[in-house]
Amino acid sequence: MLLTIYDFTRLTTAIHTWLTSKMGDTLVMLSEMVMVGLCTLTFFVVLCLILVYMERKVSAFMQIRMGPNRVGPWGTVQAIADTVKLLLKEGLTPDGADKLLFNFAPILVVAICFAAMAPIAFGKGLAIWDINIGVLYISAISSVGVIGILMAGWSSNNKYSLLGAMRSGAQIVSYELSIGMAVLSIVVLSGSLKLSDIIMAQESGWWIFRGHIPAIIAFIIFIIASTAEINRAPFDMAEAESELTAGFHAEYSGMKFAMFFLAEYVNMFIVCAIGATLFFGGWMPFHIGGLVAFNNVMDFIPSPIWFFGKTFGLIFLIMWFRWTFPRLRIDQLLTLEWKFLLPISMINLLLVTLIAIMGWYF
Amino acid sequence: MATANPIDYLPIIIQFIVAIGFVIFGMIGSHLLGPKKHSKVKDDSFECGIEAQGNARLPFNVKYFLTAILFVLFDVEVIFMYPWAVNFRDNLGNGTWFWEMILFVVFLMLGFLYIIKKGALDWD
Repeated sequence: MLLTIYDFTRLTTAIHTWLTSKMGDTLVMLSEMVMVGLCTLTFFVVLCLILVYMERKVSAFMQIRMGPNRVGPWGTVQAIADTVKLLLKEGLTPDGADKLLFNFAPILVVAICFAAMAPIAFGKGLAIWDINIGVLYISAISSVGVIGILMAGWSSNNKYSLLGAMRSGAQIVSYELSIGMAVLSIVVLSGSLKLSDIIMAQESGWWIFRGHIPAIIAFIIFIIASTAEINRAPFDMAEAESELTAGFHAEYSGMKFAMFFLAEYVNMFIVCAIGATLFFGGWMPFHIGGLVAFNNVMDFIPSPIWFFGKTFGLIFLIMWFRWTFPRLRIDQLLTLEWKFLLPISMINLLLVTLIAIMGWYF
Repeated sequence: MATANPIDYLPIIIQFIVAIGFVIFGMIGSHLLGPKKHSKVKDDSFECGIEAQGNARLPFNVKYFLTAILFVLFDVEVIFMYPWAVNFRDNLGNGTWFWEMILFVVFLMLGFLYIIKKGALDWD
């Protein structure tokens, strides 16, 4: 059983009742949405700054150097300084580019990030939009992101951009399949697409521990496929700097480039948050079925700390991949997906179903 | 939520509006703050520092198209699995919908083997 401390529904209900006592229903809804929108915006920006700083520090740590250490204490303000620099740069649109699509691509990419963040539960009762099709919604929305990348690559009228965008398109759509299967294996175990139901199903233990080997295989497939999905090394064919300069965003500069950069980091956060929610129980504290006293002690750690701890753990893992594995060639990349991950994930899904039907999970 | 109201999807519209507003604000702000100097060479698209040769929008390797087509085929199959994954326990009182899925996956795998034998996934 779960202790009810640190439940954010109390906070949101309090705000809701207070607003209802002041104004009409429509106005309440609108003002709540504006509040949520502003909170998301703030969160988005802060998250990007933290992730950029973290990426640079982790890279430095992996390569035995200092990393940013001049701007602010331990270089913590470095990311803000970079943002200001990018804001003061010229956002150039090349002559040969398709002006409309070229400027629309960053908007689309960032809008997709925002929308995909909506169903994620950041803490107990702290989700923007707890919809009953949560998992399906995220996979549907995030696959629109590839259109933004193709748009950027094609409209730039640059051969490198087009190559990068095409590679990225082929890569993202391919890995979409096995990411879908890996997510489905958890949906099979939980019996719901709603993220809060999936989290509640892990009350007596996270799926990665309770689901035997198939859940671990599903997690490994998920982490490989999601690394490919967000174009991170070793799957960063789209922006392989040694052969394509910068890939699909080679022609972008200033704030337009910053938008792609932001979207990349927020996408990384989103896939890691999904991974943490599905396999590690989201905000659910570390529970062992039956040990009531132990579980109650664990409940005293607030749920957002659990959620962000798990998510940043996975983000660290993905950053670690970047400095561990060499980049794959495009044919190796597609062979890995179509000839290995896809059959394995399909058979793994059936195994998980068998486990769920026979009740073999703990 | 048994029935979904169109109004339930309003938060997403608001999210989109906030996101688009943020990006446009950033781009306009950058446009106002940044320098605006144009020249023939600067506005040219980048190509290893040499003059750009011809148009970049050339015919492209058909393998990418083939991958996209195969994705569409397989993704439709994966979409079929979503309702199944939620409902496979809610059977009509006679077993579970497990063997049906096995049959489905076997058919899918036969098609998959055909694709591999045809060499549709080989990049030479």
